[in-house]
Order: sequence, then C-alpha cells, then structure tokens
Amino acid sequence: MRGLAGIYAQQFKVTMASFIQYRAALVIWLIGHVLEPLIYLVVWSTVSRSAGGSVGGFTAADFAAYFIVLMIVNHMTYTWIMYEYEYRVRQGTLSPDLLRPVHPIHSDIADNLTSKLITLPGMLVIAVSLGFIFRPALHTVLWAIAAFIPVVLLAFAVRFVIEWTLALAAFWTIRTSALNQMYFMAMLFFSGQIAPLELLPHPLRVIAFVLPFRWTIGFPTELLLGRLTPTQTLTGMGMQAAWLAAGLVLMRVVWRAGLKVYSAVGA
Amino acid sequence: MRFLRLLFVFWRIGILGELSYRSNFIFHLLESVLELGTALAGLAVVFSHTSTLGGWRPDEIVALVGIYFLVSGAIRMVIQPSMERLIEAVHEGTLDFTLTKPEDAQLLVSIQKVEVWSITDIVLGAGVLVVALVRLGANVGLWEAAAFAASLVAGAVIVYSFWLMLATLAFWFVRVENMLQIFSSMYEAGRWPVGFYPRWLRFMLTFLIPVAFATTVPAQALAGRLSWPTLAGAFALAAMLAVLSRVFWRVGVRRYSSASS
Repeated sequence: MRGLAGIYAQQFKVTMASFIQYRAALVIWLIGHVLEPLIYLVVWSTVSRSAGGSVGGFTAADFAAYFIVLMIVNHMTYTWIMYEYEYRVRQGTLSPDLLRPVHPIHSDIADNLTSKLITLPGMLVIAVSLGFIFRPALHTVLWAIAAFIPVVLLAFAVRFVIEWTLALAAFWTIRTSALNQMYFMAMLFFSGQIAPLELLPHPLRVIAFVLPFRWTIGFPTELLLGRLTPTQTLTGMGMQAAWLAAGLVLMRVVWRAGLKVYSAVGA
Repeated sequence: MRFLRLLFVFWRIGILGELSYRSNFIFHLLESVLELGTALAGLAVVFSHTSTLGGWRPDEIVALVGIYFLVSGAIRMVIQPSMERLIEAVHEGTLDFTLTKPEDAQLLVSIQKVEVWSITDIVLGAGVLVVALVRLGANVGLWEAAAFAASLVAGAVIVYSFWLMLATLAFWFVRVENMLQIFSSMYEAGRWPVGFYPRWLRFMLTFLIPVAFATTVPAQALAGRLSWPTLAGAFALAAMLAVLSRVFWRVGVRRYSSASS
C-alpha cells in the first residue's frame, strides 16, 4: 500500500511537469468542455423562451443551472484514455509499462486526478463567470450537497473503469475512432448532455436508466440541483455500484484477453 | 480553370494514397452518419418541445445543419490538412519545394493535401440540405437561391482566408497548431443560429472566429430573412480578409528562412 502511494506521488509530479510544458493543450480541452454545455444551455434557454417561459418545468434559469453544474460534473469525471491507448498499442509504448511491477491503470488514475486538480480551479472560475452571465436558479438542499461527494466519486470510478475497458479495444483493432464515436454519441444522449433526461421521450428515458451514462453525468448533476428525492438518490447509487462491479469484472476479463493478443509491435 | 485542374491533381494524389486503405471509407462514412444522426436526433428532441426556435422553423434549422456539415466537410477535406502541412513545411524547411514550383505558391499550399474520405461529410450535408429545401419548397424562390449561393461563396472565402492567416503565423511563431485546433473546436458553435447566443459570444463568432458567415448567413438566405446590408457586409468582409490573408502570406514568405532544410 505504501509502495502504491509512492507511485501516485511520483506520477503526480510527472503529470504536473508535463502540464506546465503543454499549457496550450490544457486550454484546448477546457474550451471543448465549456463550449458544448454552453451551446446546449443557449439552445434550451431559447426553447424555453419560445415555448412561453418554461419547458417541462425548466425555465431559462433552471437550464442555466443544469448545464453549468453538468459542465463541472463532466469535467470531474472525464477521461481521455481512449485516445491514448490506440497510440500506446500501435507504437508499442505499452511494453515498458507492462514490465513494471504495478498494474498500468494506477499511473492512468494518478495522471487523470492530477490533471483535474490543475484544471478544476479554472473550471470553477469559468462556471462562476457563466453564472453571472446566465443567472442560474440554484436551489439545492444540504443533504444533496453531502450526498454529491460520494456520488460524484462513484461516477468518476464508473466512467473511468468503463472507458479504460473500452480503450482496450485497441488491442484488437487500430480503428478505434469509429467505436469511440459511437460511445460518445450514446453518451451525449443518455447522459443528459444534450438535454435534461426528463425532457426525453419515455422509451429513451427507460434506456437511459439501464445504461451507465446517466449515472456518470446526469445523476450527480440532478442531485446537486436538488431535483432528486432521497429514494431516487439511493437507487442511483445502487445503479452506480452495480455498473462499477460489472465494469471491474469486464475490465479484468478484457485486459487478460487483450494482453494475450498484444504483439508489442514497434517497441 | 487552372485552379480546378490543380485541385483535381491533388484530389487524385489523395485517392491514390488512400486506395490501399479502402476500408477507411466505410469507417469514415460510419462516423459521419453517427455525427449527423446525433445532430438530427438532438433537433428532434428540441422540436418535440416547441414548434419554432427563436424565430427559426424546424426545416430551416435542418438546412443549417446541412450547411454546417457541408462547410465543415470542405474544411476537413482540403483546408485543414493543407494548412497543417504548410505549418509543418515552415518548421522543417520543406516549403522550398513548393516555392520553387512555377505556380502561385499560395494556391499550391492551400490545396496541397486532400483528405478524400471527408467527402462523406460533404455528401451527407448536401443530402440533408436538399431534403430540407424540398420540405421548405415553395418558400425558396430565385432571389433566396441566389442569395444563398452568394453568401455561401462569401462564407467560404472568409473561412479560407481566416485559416490561411492563422497558418501563416507559423512564419513568426513556433506552435501554431494549437490555434488551429482552438478554431476548429469553436467552429462547433456554428451548428446553431448565432442569433441564439448572448451578444459577446455572437460578436466572437461573427468577427473573431468568423463562423456566422459560413453557416448562419447562408441559412438565413434560404429562409428568406437575409437583408441586403448583411449580404453586402459579408462580401465586404470576404474581400477584406482575402486581401489581408494575401498580405499575411506575402510578408510571411519574405520572412521564411528555409531553416533546417
């Protein structure tokens, strides 16, 4: 356990150093993460005005609150591992990682957490500025804020495990971009990024309940906005735990099978 | 004429390069279909709650989505790859080979790399546009069609000049790729009418990152809501940027020192 802590601390320093070198890449990520929720915020505010003030119980101010909180939740839970694995497998840079006495996922987790520690203050400043522009209606409750902390951590864990497993598809094909696109499109719809899930037609809402996407983004967002009852929150945490367990099992199976087909070309 | 012949040559080179990776076409098509499908499904969700959006009817927004795919496909097919290669050539000193050719070098660098499979975006975008036009039907008269074509040309010139200006910054600065990337990620905002955005963002999308002229303005023309002053303004901006980007290019090339070649 102490060894693992040392690894995390070391990875923290490495990531820190590389981010200080590549600041522009950070800005590009940030723009991407701000622009998308901002676009849908604007679109849905326009919808609510066109529909005479509110849509499905959402006023323009509610949409502003929803998409600003969603922006932060998305930023807290996102990973970019799928882009990286294709490169690692194709170029063979995964090979030295495999020789190390720890599972490669640990350096990825440390890398991800470090980058978020660096970018989160910037994100919060952006969120506050957007708050001044769009005047969101925030009425949350105390227990929801308390519950948000474990829920967002679970959301991060679920998303990390699933996307890490999906990234392993690179062991079998180098054309992962079509697969990634499919994943992201499904995510866009069923996580609540395009619209709050309450506004989707009923069949889609049922699908969203079963799939993992909602539990990684939409659910923490709705919780923090005080839109969920305690029962709904517990159900959601149950779904998160179920997906985390399923994801961990799947990850082990895929990782073992993937290592067998990995040929370390280019290393 | 000469331009078309050259473009055809580079297009052929692009196809020859890709012929050994034919299955890429299928994957490109799949990605384009997915992207377009999500865009249209998103519209369906929006219009299940309202019949008009900020004064735009559903078919008009669908036409806008078609225009967006058409223009972004053209950017991804020719402009972006060519400009990325230009930046690389400035860094590595290989621009010499282009400058010594007996043809206008600005033209050559602008079309030197063609990503042929991005044609899927252009074809799908055009398809969506046609469907939207048929549904708009009688509302699109001769004047609307002419204004649409004119504003699309002006928008294309504006976008091209802007990319060229950004890329020629490579003559002065080392890392310009990032700016290109920021531009392409902001371009995404052009998928919706810029009139929706708050004033500061609308200003940015019109003048700092001129997306509005390439997408919203042509769509307005189709909807019959384009005023004379806007069209004239688009042409004035297009002419100004075309001249300015030419100046950028000329001054930049003069600074080019052919380092490391």
